[in-house]
Amino acid sequence: MPAEERRIILKHVDDPEYTVDLDCYLRHGGYAALKQALAMKPEEIRSEVEASGLRGRGGAGFPCGMKWKFVDRRSGKPIYLICNADESEPGSFKDRKIIHSDPHQLIEGMMISAYANDCVLAFIYIREEFPKGARILEKAIAEAREQGFVGDDMGGSGYGCNIIVHRGAGAYICGEETALIESLEGKRPYPRIKPPFYPATLGLYHCPTIVNNVETLCNVCHIVAMGGEAYAKIGRPNNSGTRIWCLSGHVQRPGLYEVEKVTIGEMINELCGGMRPGRQLKAVIPGGGTMKILRADERFQGKLPDGTEFDWAIDDIPLDFDGVAAAGSQSGSAGMMVLDDTTDIPEALANINAFYAHESCGQCTPCREGSLWVKQITQRMCSGGARKEDVDLLLSIAGEVGGRTICPFGFSITWPVESYIGKFREEFEAKADQAENENGNGEHRLIER
Amino acid sequence: MKLKSETCEAIDKLIPQYPVKRSAVLPLLHLVQGDQGYISSEGIEWIAEKLELAPINVYELVTFYPYFRQEKLGKVHVRVCRTLSCALVGAYDVADRLAEALDCPLNTTKANGDFTLEYAECLASCGSGPVVLVDEDLYEKVCEKDVDGVADTILAKVNGSVENKETA
Repeated sequence: MPAEERRIILKHVDDPEYTVDLDCYLRHGGYAALKQALAMKPEEIRSEVEASGLRGRGGAGFPCGMKWKFVDRRSGKPIYLICNADESEPGSFKDRKIIHSDPHQLIEGMMISAYANDCVLAFIYIREEFPKGARILEKAIAEAREQGFVGDDMGGSGYGCNIIVHRGAGAYICGEETALIESLEGKRPYPRIKPPFYPATLGLYHCPTIVNNVETLCNVCHIVAMGGEAYAKIGRPNNSGTRIWCLSGHVQRPGLYEVEKVTIGEMINELCGGMRPGRQLKAVIPGGGTMKILRADERFQGKLPDGTEFDWAIDDIPLDFDGVAAAGSQSGSAGMMVLDDTTDIPEALANINAFYAHESCGQCTPCREGSLWVKQITQRMCSGGARKEDVDLLLSIAGEVGGRTICPFGFSITWPVESYIGKFREEFEAKADQAENENGNGEHRLIER
Repeated sequence: MKLKSETCEAIDKLIPQYPVKRSAVLPLLHLVQGDQGYISSEGIEWIAEKLELAPINVYELVTFYPYFRQEKLGKVHVRVCRTLSCALVGAYDVADRLAEALDCPLNTTKANGDFTLEYAECLASCGSGPVVLVDEDLYEKVCEKDVDGVADTILAKVNGSVENKETA
């Protein structure tokens, strides 16, 4: 059977009749899950979410139910909910679609989550580059407030919670949850030192705080509607629910694909219509710019957590948290970039390095300096100035960053450098012997000159 | 500092929404930059006083966040995404062609203040690259042959003859 999408979150977004208005959302059954939730006890909702096995869709895949469990409910302090809508990982664009096309689904998921956790106030931290998205959300919240789905005494339950839309200002680091909290407090968004590990114990204004991704919060609506157990049956065990993959790069049909159980091969060759005519797959970056690259002609071997041995070609890798992790990378924010044989891999690395050098917050020395050094070296290598010793120099710098910084950003320096060189070393070494033409050796130039 | 009355109203409405006043600093910077076109030293001091902060607490945000500017942006703000997904499908060629069509080097503001042309880091529209953000309007799948059309729209916006895409 050919691979198919299973649209739950994105069910309506491509329907030309579907609008962002509250009436339209209600006509499609919207806010029924919220009404259902308000008739339940908060702890009942929490156990449904735990039973669903829902894992966070922002990048780390941390179980949502457990995150909620960590909330300190005995501190007597107010509890806050923050929706992380700072979508900035290169390759990821799913939250943009939800915000711009189905804002009420997010609002409903937030209000259920807020009720389930006794939150007093909720925020949507949205990146600056979505100005229309921020306005769409504000309008939708106002409509929902008028109808009693947001604000005081929601649906006559006696419970009330408001949502504030808070715009960022162009800093990638605000996607890191403790940086986001600092930003929301009006400070420079420097990630906080851990422990405490979770904002659930010490978050916004030193109060217990839940930070969830847009897609994660939308999923909460469907968990309440169908029940945690039924939701857990979607997808593979430990990877429950659908996942919205963001396909970009050299496929025939880039875009969003919400799927349950598909492999990389099915995604590229069936759902995305394959590679461009006459082109071959060269590599896949499966989970956004930070994640390790997979080479098209390598074999992926090892043992799954349940003990099963596997020996996969790239096409066989299951597209979910555990499948991509078994292949040595991560599904991250599900931003999957597909590279064909016209791509100059060192230039692709130089492009990614330039992004992270621009976005390092500068708090930790290894990241602040390391990100710039690897950017400068790869840039020079791709501009006709490569030296024999560059490959080892890059590896020695990159190896000193990840794991030595306050937040996981350090891995965004280490993983791309180590994996691109590890898998395409010959292309990096060849740079020292090549006089490059104006566009490097790829079809398109990938760096600033 | 003279702010438009609607900016002042928005500011006064916004501050009490937050449990802690300092949280309103980013929204205030947005409003002041929207009103003035940039954040001046005077603007920093005004916001600091409004939120009972030291000016350095505001200044350190202006210097951190790329969106806030201490020099006036052009009348139209043009951002070309340069990150990998867009670059793979020709973003740099599009950027070069746009710079040519507008007669304005990248990462500069036209001397007459008409527009600012910049590279942007990932605009989160990777499936429809190359993308160009013109003020609030996103242009998707921009090929080299589309560049002249986008440039014309930008110039028309400068001259005030085109509304934003949504209202046009």
